[in-house]
Amino acid sequence: MSLAGASPAPASGAVHVSLRGVSRIYPGRAAQPALHALGPIDLDLAPGEFFAVVGPSGCGKSTLLDVMAGLATVSAGSITFEGRSVNGAVPDGVGVVFQEDASFPWLTVTDNVAFGLREIGTPEATVKEKVSYALNFMGLGDFTQAYPAQLSGGMRQRVCIARTLVLEPRLILLDEPFGALDQQTRLLMGDELLRLWRETGATVLLITHALDEATMLADRVGVMSARPGRFLELVKTGWPRERDSTIVADSRFGQLTSRIWTLLRAESLRAMGHSRIAR
Amino acid sequence: MTRVGLLRLAVIVGAVVALELLIRTGIVPRFTIIPPSEMATALVGVLASGKFKIDITVTLSNVAMAIASSMIVGVAAGTLLQGAPAVRRIFDPLFATYYAIPMYAFYPLLIVIFGLGDMPQICIGFLLAVMAVIINTINGLDRVPRVLLKAAQVHRMSVWRTARRIRLPYATPYIFTGFKLAVAYSFIGVIGAEFITSSRGIGYEIAYAYNNFDNPLMYSLILFILVIVISVNMSLHTWEKRLMARRRR
Ligand SMILES: Nc1ncnc2c1ncn2[C@@H]1O[C@H](COP(=O)(O)OP(=O)(O)OP(=O)(O)O)[C@@H](O)[C@H]1O
Ligand SMILES: [Mg+2]
Repeated sequence: MSLAGASPAPASGAVHVSLRGVSRIYPGRAAQPALHALGPIDLDLAPGEFFAVVGPSGCGKSTLLDVMAGLATVSAGSITFEGRSVNGAVPDGVGVVFQEDASFPWLTVTDNVAFGLREIGTPEATVKEKVSYALNFMGLGDFTQAYPAQLSGGMRQRVCIARTLVLEPRLILLDEPFGALDQQTRLLMGDELLRLWRETGATVLLITHALDEATMLADRVGVMSARPGRFLELVKTGWPRERDSTIVADSRFGQLTSRIWTLLRAESLRAMGHSRIAR
Repeated sequence: MTRVGLLRLAVIVGAVVALELLIRTGIVPRFTIIPPSEMATALVGVLASGKFKIDITVTLSNVAMAIASSMIVGVAAGTLLQGAPAVRRIFDPLFATYYAIPMYAFYPLLIVIFGLGDMPQICIGFLLAVMAVIINTINGLDRVPRVLLKAAQVHRMSVWRTARRIRLPYATPYIFTGFKLAVAYSFIGVIGAEFITSSRGIGYEIAYAYNNFDNPLMYSLILFILVIVISVNMSLHTWEKRLMARRRR
């Protein structure tokens, strides 16, 4: 028993998710003017690719995740997932872990994780098996009957990750999933995520504010500009598929991280309104 | 028992003993109120005689009907209104002024419509209770965090399924507040209506005893209602605490 789905890592050269000229503008309301939050964005994710997104706060990262998942409509451009157009409806095979706590407070940890499986009518024996595997995998084995209110923020986030993973999505979108974790746990969870990514062959898009995390985990790191968020550069890491957190000792790790930081520094200052220091 | 609990008990016992003494010493005249000990003895006698079995059954089942109907209609109406902002805006003034309407004023109309059976009493209880349920249901549904609704979208749930599996479970503590109010309003509505025009029920029997200067009977029935309402409320409170324990951060 594992979380590995039936989907093998598909042939290279194919495109799993594709964005063309994607923008999102939040319409204005009453005294509020319309707000251009994102784009235009062009991006192709290869099947089984691990893609990380970094960018200054408020640049539109969560907005990018929303439109890619089909949770929000695009204002311009188009998105396809597995060849089919995505706009405002979540396609089958997409899993999302949100930036905010999305655990269901009225359900136990077990029932939270089982939620999606039951929703699609999975037989209860299978649900039990998958849920208990996922709970142990996420280090929640001792809290199966606890309610989210009795857990720490990081543990609640792990419940949400487990709830997404048991559904074996082919595209996993994660919005700062380790934001509430300490540095050690964060690195270990990164290792777990890598293992899971390899096992399932899923395409992963990870939004993070930790540059080292992005560099360590991803095949490519998309560095975003200040709002409206566009990709300044897509940095290839060139790591082998078999990798773990020990690559932080690799000499190229430092070079890559500092390259990303250089790109991001000016943008972050700009996002904070310090245009003069940025020069 | 906690310190506060002990003090609370002491205050209650003290008040009852004080009332007993005031009456027994003649400071408060007997034809106004009888001593609590005599109320209790009279109540035991009344219950043992079985004379009011039908009245008690009628009142309690009418209260139960008012609670059940106001919960079903209130939760359904609240859910529909919350889901239809345009309709909700039309009803906004009604929410604000509803409890300014003296429901008992409609009693003649209800008798014309339903006759002299149990329906007018149930209706008054229902009318008083239903708006509390509607308002609290809407309040709870309004508070569902956006991210939970996004999670519902990711699970590709329909509007109806989202309401049943996400929105209403999230709103349960708020709906429970509505439920507690519905219980209180149903008692008030039904028993109050029995006073006005009805030929049976505890409220009717209290009024009847009052008109016949039967103080022991009147006070024993009042005590009976007090005991019922307080025990119902205490069990609801315990239930709510258990429900909330798992939700509180
Ligand atoms: N529902 C909304 N309505 C209007 N504006 C919004 C809405 N959601 C986000 N925005 C605006 O869009 C911009 C991008 O927001 P977004 O949440 O995508 O940023 P982010 O990069 O995820 O930020 P952070 O790193 O802080 O999570 C922000 O300026 C935000 O104020
Ligand atoms: Mg965000």
